Amino acid sequence: MSGLAPPSAGSAAGARHRKSVGWPAGRAAQAGLIVLALVAVVIFPLAFTNQQVSTIAFLTLIFVCAAVAWNLFSGYSGYISLGHAVFFGSGAYAAGIAARDWHITGTAEFALLPFAAAVAGLIAIPFGLIALRVRRHTFVVITIAIFFIFQLMAFNLTSFTNGTIGLDAPFLLWDPVSFDQRFYYMALTLALGTVAISWLIKGSRFGLQLRAIRDDEDRAASLGVRAMPVKLTAFVISGAITGLAGALWFFFINQVLPQSGFDPLFDLTVALMAFLGGLGTVTGPMLGALIIEPAQQYLTTQFSNSYLSQILLGALFLAVVLFLPRGLIPTVAAKGSGWLEQRRGRQDVPATAEDGDGGADGADAGIGSPAEAGTSAAADAGSGDTSAPAATSKGPAS
Amino acid sequence: MGTELTRAVINGILGGGIYALMAVGLTLIFGVLDIINIAQGVMVILGAYLSYALSVHLHLDLFLGLLITVPAMFVIGVIIQVAFIRPLHGSERTSMSLLASYAVAIIIEGALYLFFGPNYVTLNAPYVNKSISMLGFHLPYIDLYGFALAVVLVAAIYVMLYRTTFGRSIRATMQDRTAAMLVGVDVNRVAALTYGIGVAVTAAGGMIFGASGGGFNPNSGYDLISRLLALIILAGLGSIGGALVASMFMLTLESIVDIWQPNWSIAVFYAALVLVLLIKPTGLFGRQAARAQ
Repeated sequence: MSGLAPPSAGSAAGARHRKSVGWPAGRAAQAGLIVLALVAVVIFPLAFTNQQVSTIAFLTLIFVCAAVAWNLFSGYSGYISLGHAVFFGSGAYAAGIAARDWHITGTAEFALLPFAAAVAGLIAIPFGLIALRVRRHTFVVITIAIFFIFQLMAFNLTSFTNGTIGLDAPFLLWDPVSFDQRFYYMALTLALGTVAISWLIKGSRFGLQLRAIRDDEDRAASLGVRAMPVKLTAFVISGAITGLAGALWFFFINQVLPQSGFDPLFDLTVALMAFLGGLGTVTGPMLGALIIEPAQQYLTTQFSNSYLSQILLGALFLAVVLFLPRGLIPTVAAKGSGWLEQRRGRQDVPATAEDGDGGADGADAGIGSPAEAGTSAAADAGSGDTSAPAATSKGPAS
Repeated sequence: MGTELTRAVINGILGGGIYALMAVGLTLIFGVLDIINIAQGVMVILGAYLSYALSVHLHLDLFLGLLITVPAMFVIGVIIQVAFIRPLHGSERTSMSLLASYAVAIIIEGALYLFFGPNYVTLNAPYVNKSISMLGFHLPYIDLYGFALAVVLVAAIYVMLYRTTFGRSIRATMQDRTAAMLVGVDVNRVAALTYGIGVAVTAAGGMIFGASGGGFNPNSGYDLISRLLALIILAGLGSIGGALVASMFMLTLESIVDIWQPNWSIAVFYAALVLVLLIKPTGLFGRQAARAQ
């Protein structure tokens, strides 16, 4: 990774990585912070057994999964999906229908989690084959349309989905405190796994191809990126994880209705989380979910008026779009690295990370490894063309 | 069977007029601003609620009330464009504008819930529940009036687009924003006014929708916007004539399917959309391929 490259190297590769804080001290601090955060999230449910708190904690982790999974498709590829509730609802419904028809009770229900993920992943294949043929606005609208088809099916296929009555999850003989704790740890495992997958994808050749598609799909294709299989694979992975999260959410909530499983606000919320944290970064969507979901739950309980919290959510969304269009992580990273550069007296280096995915996160992605030189060029060429012509031309010059 | 089919076709055409009006507003906004106004659906509902408030509190006739609600919606549209849409720029502008208009939609929806509550309401006037016998069919007056209003307004938009200087600058901006700027079109002003016009027609559409449908509540915007989006994509984004044809055709198809399968009639919209895009990704009347990602 970038940390291995000596910061003083005068090569183009070194220049590309100079934005990352690749010093051992920084690395150690970063690792220490991660360990601290991990310890905190692991002991969290032992410290707080209040049911209201643990419910919010569980829902937050579910949204961490959903936001990171959404971002690993939409953030990396630039195809903004507003139809991920299709996978969330399908996962929940797959688990519910399977439990009902195969008479699965008690803890055996958790064996259905991989099944729910598989169903959501399978749904993503035809969904993606149709929707990924078009770009930009049309893609977004197609995802919305397909979302409404699924909600309609959940309402109208009454013999299969129970219609407006919805489905109940199998009953679990756990006392409330350990119920919440066990679900918390399951959601935590899922969330960490999703973040790990997102991180691995970002650093891989596959992730690079996705970003090349985002920057300039036609150019990426002309340089040998097989766009459709790459997009579809990311879409399926993202959908399967979202379906898994949906099934776990369903087991926790105990019930799924057409309007709660296939909720248009879900699509919006997940996108907002990714945008707030930083679209296309690994940690951004996680941070966004950690901020927005508790805030939303708090507002709902505080005002006992969901309409007011809905207005506030919308206002927050507008504020993010208008004042923080690049998201928290890239903005803070750009500010932070600018500050560091200033302290080293290297004011000639621009303070903003302009490579499109922004900040330390982007530079951390291991773009420079020799095996990936071919596609790396594609990504570089693309980003130079669309967002920052100055950034690419500056590289070799310094 | 035959009469039922004829009735369905007549209903479809009458309803299609209203949808055509709303879809033209949406596709006009897309053509000039290169954004999709997700808030269009809830703005229709807002227009309907404005008419509702005027008729309940001031006992104003629904059609007379339009003289107030249409300008009001125009002003709301211009304010939203200037405050939330114009500041967006950069490479993520497409997705940002979608999200901004979605955010505007949920704010309006929440505000409508706060003011009017979740109960369904309908618009009332002496002519709403009356109908006229024509060729053996009972046609509700409101549908006929609504259709006539839609025809007049769509015609007015056409005249404006093709017979006035302002219309020419709108079309120039739709064709090439930069070139329009170069020949002296104030693109920002055109964008704001177009957004205002696109939103203003929803006031009329909302009034007819609220009076002729089976009632509405703040949540009804989702159903509307999903239909409108399907219509303009089906027609080809930015194609005004296409939006007219697609609205008439799809509403007729829907009301025919409605005879046999009332629960699934709306699925016709999405099924047709998916089918058309599989064959022709630019939509039926789309001239240009989707611009680069």
